[in-house]
Amino acid sequence: MRHDLTLIQPWIQQGARVLDLGCGDGTLLAALRDQRGAFGIGLEIDHDNINQALARGVNVIEHDLNTGLANFRDNSFDMVVMTMALQTLRYPHLVIDEMLRVGRECVVTFPNFGYWRSRWYLGTKGKMPVSKFLPYTWYDTPNIHFCTVRDFDQLCEDKGIRILNSRYIDASNSQGALCARMPNLLSVTAVYHISK
Amino acid sequence: MTETSSPDSLATPGSVGIVTPQTLHFDQPLRLSCGVDLPQHDIVFETYGQLNADKSNAVLICHALSGHHHAAGRHSEADRKPGWWDSCIGPGKPIDTNHFFVLSINNIGGCHGSTGPRSINPATGKPWGASFPHLRCRDWVESQRLMMRHFGIDQWAAIVGGSLGGMQAMRWSLEYPDEVRHCLVIASAMKLSAQNIAFNEVARQAITSDPDFHGGDYLEHNTLPRTGLALARMVGHITYLSEDGMKQKFGRELKAGDLRLGSVGPVEFQVESYLRHQGETFANSFDANTYILMTRALDYFDLAREYDDDPVAAFRHAKCSFFVVSFTSDWRFSPARSREIVDALVAANRPVSYAEIEADHGHDAFLIPIPRYMQAFHSYMQRVKEEINHAS
Repeated sequence: MRHDLTLIQPWIQQGARVLDLGCGDGTLLAALRDQRGAFGIGLEIDHDNINQALARGVNVIEHDLNTGLANFRDNSFDMVVMTMALQTLRYPHLVIDEMLRVGRECVVTFPNFGYWRSRWYLGTKGKMPVSKFLPYTWYDTPNIHFCTVRDFDQLCEDKGIRILNSRYIDASNSQGALCARMPNLLSVTAVYHISK
Repeated sequence: MTETSSPDSLATPGSVGIVTPQTLHFDQPLRLSCGVDLPQHDIVFETYGQLNADKSNAVLICHALSGHHHAAGRHSEADRKPGWWDSCIGPGKPIDTNHFFVLSINNIGGCHGSTGPRSINPATGKPWGASFPHLRCRDWVESQRLMMRHFGIDQWAAIVGGSLGGMQAMRWSLEYPDEVRHCLVIASAMKLSAQNIAFNEVARQAITSDPDFHGGDYLEHNTLPRTGLALARMVGHITYLSEDGMKQKFGRELKAGDLRLGSVGPVEFQVESYLRHQGETFANSFDANTYILMTRALDYFDLAREYDDDPVAAFRHAKCSFFVVSFTSDWRFSPARSREIVDALVAANRPVSYAEIEADHGHDAFLIPIPRYMQAFHSYMQRVKEEINHAS
């Protein structure tokens, strides 16, 4: 399982109601169901992912996150999770507002564009970074709103969002001490546990 | 207990083979929601696949407006067309008869053998005709439950229905929550819109204004309101298709005549001849009173009426998991209607999955083996199957 998904699990309480935005193939929700007895519902737009989630026995609802979450009630979930989808949204800040309205607590993970290799790629080549981790070219990428760790911290400060916890994953797929000290430069993926 | 046989000569892959309908007679009165007792009744049904030892693999198929018991396979080698949902029921198909025991029945009020307006009213010795009691979705649930008891089934692995069938499946989940594990609601809605009811009323008016209708007692007059019924079906049929689907299928192509200026003689568009053919075929095989009865049951259906018009409160009674499917070009029961079901289920804390299938076939798409639809349906039923395997 992806490292950010493993990191999230201890933050989810036993038997919690979890809404997973952009749940992919349902890996996280299946694990939360099996290991933490969570009641999960995933929202997803990709047809193959929906099919795989259905086959896993995960509850998955076809839903475009860009249309908002107006159909979900205030505080109707214990945890609203969005892993590696923030950068694909048209208005990421509005979706975060919605997550905090629907869930008591939220988890957001995203690729850190401030990672030194991205900076180096752009600085030396003058081209949008393409890596094994983010393999898309600029014109066909689903990622339209890259941000950095510092950008996300700023957003939380501007909106008065409480950061309950944060973790940073480095290139060796672990949480090194150096990475924790300089996450904006050294982390590949950022994991935030937030609330209102 | 099964009526299915598939001799080698007929072993079409994915088909349940040759099936024979059966009839079950119920002697005890069935109290209908309108207050009338149906003193006795017959149900015609078909089954596919085998009921397992603990009877945990039973799937109930609820039919739509003009459907009946013949959902899969063929009645004979010469049978030109298979059952109405043959695309979804059979070995290897979404409702896989290698694993599930499928029960498909012709609802009461129907005209394919089950007790309905064409049957003799024991009190008068004459056909019920228009005097057949009004039916609600819940009456079908009650009669289906009698069938369930007959087979000794305590809980359905799944109840599956499209359109009006989806309404029956949802009603089941509220009336008998302990007796349903999965509820599959395809191209359906929690209640009809005013536009839906309007179309149904046009259809009914077409039938009742046919001079051969005789207030519904046409059988006694040895006649049939064919023109009215054909017209009703034509109106209905238009609402089952989508504009794009009709455009692709017929465009403005002509069947006869010439549209050039100065040309004389009748002009006929392909779509006109198609609709007329559909209407006539239907009028020869369906009963006018049944059509009126079934469209009324559709109009009356309102999932949340008894729950203070709050679908969330209604669905709190359900205990099963739900799978809701809609089709993009379905304007009769649009995806928005299905999303209302999904939203209410989420708000009621019920497990629910939802797929919105890209299709240009309109409402009829639920009968068509669209690859993504079949895939999603298959994946969901896989989950139902695995639960049965785990339990046994």
